[in-house]
Amino acid sequence: MREFRYERPTTVAEAIRAVSEDPEADFLAGGTTEVDLMKDGVFHPDLLVDITRLPLRGVRRNGTMLQVGALTTMEELAADRTLMERAPFVREALLLGASTQLRNMATIGGNLLQRTRCRYFRDPAVAACNKREPGSGCEAVNSVARMHAILGASRDCIALHASDLAVALVALDAVVHLQSEQEERSVPLTQFYLMPGDTPDRENVLRHGELITAIDIPLPPEGIRSTYLKVRDRASYEFALTSAAVALTMDGSVIMDARVAMGGVGTIPWRGFEAEEVLRDAPATPDTFRSAADGMIHDTFTVPGTAFKVELAKRTLIRALTEVTS
Amino acid sequence: MTTLIVNGMEHPLDLADPRVTLLDALRDRLGLTGTKKGCDQGACGACTVIADGRRILSCLTLAAQCDGREITTIEGLESHPMQDAFMRHDAFQCGYCTSGQIMSAVALLGEDRAGSDDDIREFMSGNLCRCGAYSNIVAAVREVARHA
Ligand SMILES: Cc1cc2nc3c(=O)[nH]c(=O)nc-3n(C[C@H](O)[C@H](O)[C@H](O)COP(=O)(O)OP(=O)(O)OC[C@H]3O[C@@H](n4cnc5c(N)ncnc54)[C@H](O)[C@@H]3O)c2cc1C
Ligand code: SF4
Ligand code: FES
Ligand code: FES
Repeated sequence: MREFRYERPTTVAEAIRAVSEDPEADFLAGGTTEVDLMKDGVFHPDLLVDITRLPLRGVRRNGTMLQVGALTTMEELAADRTLMERAPFVREALLLGASTQLRNMATIGGNLLQRTRCRYFRDPAVAACNKREPGSGCEAVNSVARMHAILGASRDCIALHASDLAVALVALDAVVHLQSEQEERSVPLTQFYLMPGDTPDRENVLRHGELITAIDIPLPPEGIRSTYLKVRDRASYEFALTSAAVALTMDGSVIMDARVAMGGVGTIPWRGFEAEEVLRDAPATPDTFRSAADGMIHDTFTVPGTAFKVELAKRTLIRALTEVTS
Repeated sequence: MTTLIVNGMEHPLDLADPRVTLLDALRDRLGLTGTKKGCDQGACGACTVIADGRRILSCLTLAAQCDGREITTIEGLESHPMQDAFMRHDAFQCGYCTSGQIMSAVALLGEDRAGSDDDIREFMSGNLCRCGAYSNIVAAVREVARHA
């Protein structure tokens, strides 16, 4: 790790100012991404601004909205009663991620900003990585890839966004609240992440010094049938090969409304607008589910190591839909 | 000056270089070597300690972040039934992962998540054991959970 300075301001404004004034400064929340990547030599901030004690912690219900402070930990959000009752699949996405120790440290804001697990990105000894060194190429496309994206990917970068939580939250149209020295603004999570295109180093709309202060989760209607299905190489404590967040409103055997998003497939958490279109007002049958899966997974970019994910992702979605409707 | 409260004792620490992790502070500054360094990258759980009642990984936590926090390490357990159960069930081989396993298991009891073997496996999954003592670890945790 390179040397850095450490500060722990007591107000939100001071924290934002400290990072804004120094182009090489980073916020430090739970540290499970930040410290990890500093140890790997991928991040080398000269100043860490510890935000863990800022008063941005806790979950509050406001009508049909769950307001989550950005520094709430994953375990704290998973323990929230309203979330458990009204959006259980978000809780499942939280508890199927990482380990209890990590979830006690990791914050909701940090989770949305976690960096890709692409092993070439995480290893500065690898020269070619457009995300780490813009313009250097992409090692993953030319060497061994597996835990990589098939949607939104190109020769320039096939890195996956690995957050489980973000998948569940894009399905619910969560909104991220941001604060900078200049302004406060709100961005729907579906517009927060940027497609890599030829600038995979730019992952989201956040500007330097801008702080995520809160995340609003609109509660789905009561009585939804939902699941977060995570398919992985190990039974627990592993990132997703593929995952599906599904929340349906049913009338008998007809699907009235559908929220669908998938993880393990996209360079950003992948909302399935087309799949939702297929499902809406359709009978809950295997044919419907197959069409929804085809609507979800198309125009893929695969390399030999990731080609298996095309069918696996479709089957993951079909299984999730089958489970919630039977 | 940073103050760590470890196993009930206050330890002032000079962190002029803030790169010191909680793990390194415990082992190298305070001489508490019961907490182990496995991967040093958040993957194995060997460095698990309890901070303000919650289990965390000390290798990804900066010591500076723990200013004023109450830390419990394996040295702070006073002949906890979990330690006894690990011995009776032979829940280790080399023992390198063991203090992390025990700290995690003690926290697990407090989380009320040891109801079934499946739950024990799921909520202990952040503690890897290279010797594969898993079935005996589950047996030890199950026994203490039953009598808790
Ligand atoms: C072994 C391991 C396994 C894991 N498994 C999973 C998994 O299965 N599923 C999953 O979803 N995740 C998993 N994770 C990722 C983990 O969930 C994230 O690392 C964590 O959520 C990040 O949160 P943090 O508070 O620790 O963020 P930090 O590491 O503190 O910060 C992450 C980044 O966000 C910035 N930042 C943090 N908070 C804010 C804020 N409020 N405003 C602006 N910038 C901010 C920081 O500057 C930093 O760049 C795993 C991590 C590890 C180490
Ligand atoms: S996939 Fe993206 S992050 Fe991975 S090596 Fe290629 S450019 Fe880098
Ligand atoms: S040493 Fe901390 S998790 Fe491995
Ligand atoms: S006893 Fe050897 S690693 Fe667990």
